[in-house]
Amino acid sequence: MTITEKILAAHAGKEQVVPGELINARVDFVLGNDITAPVAIQEFEKIGVPEVFDRERVTLVPDHFTPNKDIKSAEQAMLLKKFSQKHGLTNYFEIGRMGIEHCLLPEQGLVGPGDLVIGADSHTCTYGALGAFSTGVGSTDLAAAMALGETWLKVPESIKFEFAGELQPWVGGKDLILYTIGDIGVDGALYQAMEFTGRAIENLSMDGRLTMCNMAIEAGGKNGIIAPDHITRAYVEGRCRRPYQFYQSDPDAKYSQICQYDVTQIEPQVAFPHLPENSRPVSEAGNVEIDQVVIGSCTNGRIEDLRLAAKLLQGRKVHKNVRMVIFPGTQEIYLQALREGLIEIFVEAGGAVSTPTCGPCLGGHMGILAKGERAIATTNRNFVGRMGHPESEVYLSNPAVAAASAILGRIAGPGEVE
Amino acid sequence: MKIQGSIWKFGSDVDTDAIIPARYLNTSDPVELAKHCMEDADPAFPEKVKPGEIIVAGKNFGCGSSREHAPIAIKAAGISCVIAKTFARIFYRNAFNIGLPIFEAPEAAEEINEGDEVTVDAGTGIITNKTTGKTYQATPVPFFMQQIIAAGGLINYVAERMNKTCTK
Repeated sequence: MTITEKILAAHAGKEQVVPGELINARVDFVLGNDITAPVAIQEFEKIGVPEVFDRERVTLVPDHFTPNKDIKSAEQAMLLKKFSQKHGLTNYFEIGRMGIEHCLLPEQGLVGPGDLVIGADSHTCTYGALGAFSTGVGSTDLAAAMALGETWLKVPESIKFEFAGELQPWVGGKDLILYTIGDIGVDGALYQAMEFTGRAIENLSMDGRLTMCNMAIEAGGKNGIIAPDHITRAYVEGRCRRPYQFYQSDPDAKYSQICQYDVTQIEPQVAFPHLPENSRPVSEAGNVEIDQVVIGSCTNGRIEDLRLAAKLLQGRKVHKNVRMVIFPGTQEIYLQALREGLIEIFVEAGGAVSTPTCGPCLGGHMGILAKGERAIATTNRNFVGRMGHPESEVYLSNPAVAAASAILGRIAGPGEVE
Repeated sequence: MKIQGSIWKFGSDVDTDAIIPARYLNTSDPVELAKHCMEDADPAFPEKVKPGEIIVAGKNFGCGSSREHAPIAIKAAGISCVIAKTFARIFYRNAFNIGLPIFEAPEAAEEINEGDEVTVDAGTGIITNKTTGKTYQATPVPFFMQQIIAAGGLINYVAERMNKTCTK
């Protein structure tokens, strides 16, 4: 069996599962946010159960339109707070103690290796980086799981991605996943598990792995997953609040497809509008002038991402035609960046640093684009209207490319400013 | 259940931001969401769509976000069902969970044109294009999900299960 199949089997109380099989599985943790949880709460109340299945294993994170951007958003966020209080949920993260959900939960040790996690947010697939099965669902599925502590799933087929070789300078998890989506397309892994393997993955940091698994959904994947190893152990030890378990794929595990890439050939990538599959090497981007740079999000808002951006921005200035907004993923990351002097580098460079929020990534607030404006962002989607006006444009990249572009006022590779 | 309506046709990879842009997600009121349904794919759509009409689209319909507001907006706009080559998986689950009928039928999605008059037998999955006379078979729904639909959506299904547990 693959690692995905093993985790699903364990949570369905079965010796074995096969792709296509429908299972009823126990969930270890469920989550929602200020957009999806209000609907889930309403549906949960229709079920008519007095309490959630386990108050330590349900969390509702207000991160999308927070700090509340308007009255309606404030009312949505308030629903989360009241529900969390009413049901005595152990974890509720108010502004000032919160973070972007998919940066926050691994950091706080709420999700861990071998877990089965569902969340009413498509980027819930992020936690596969820890060796967990983790997938996004809608609000109704969340409501049912909050009541039952279980959910039904179809066991997915798995695609194995083998990344051989050593990474080039300035190339990281974001580039590997953009390259992969460019290769297989935005539905290339539809309904399937994406298992990332190979030497380049074994050498990839946890932050880089979280970025890769985060974007499995952009290829249509059900989950992204990386087998846990010494890097995983170093990350979860002393952090995970529950016992965890390491699963590995068997040598004879069955895959629907095996994709092999030589990462020595991969340079930093940029995904052009309006699909993440429109990725190309930054050296082939041409002259694309930009109005805004966004560094952050559940994809690239971690400390390593901020360090990369700061490395290029130190002693340099943001281009006069450009505004740069930086979103540390959690309060802890913010504080760490502050202690390391990164925040000072960003401000000195002429950038704005925000409290953690999903904000502009989904066109919520804190950096909306006008008609005809262009942004390069370390976020995950560049759909029509994603960051603002339907006639604005979003280009996706890693934090180093975003920082280099901020300095030069056009899409640029880090090598151009070094 | 028999569905009948005329067709609005869309392309491939229609994402959830096109179906209901995030700028409207500070509410989950279906009536409000319906006012902006498909707005970033076709700004005039919310004005021109009529109750009972059907959306036909290409591959990967509903890709992107997990927002249940997407199928809710489509249903509240009066769309009776969606036929596509394939659906993105979270949208697929959400549609069943909230009771928006959807049908995976690649050939039908390819050949049916905007404005065609189409009937769908939700029980058998047989799609008939009354304009051309051609019929198609949609991919059958797994038994497990038929039970959810029979219960009237996931919440009713769960509520029934919880009640059974309570009376044991």
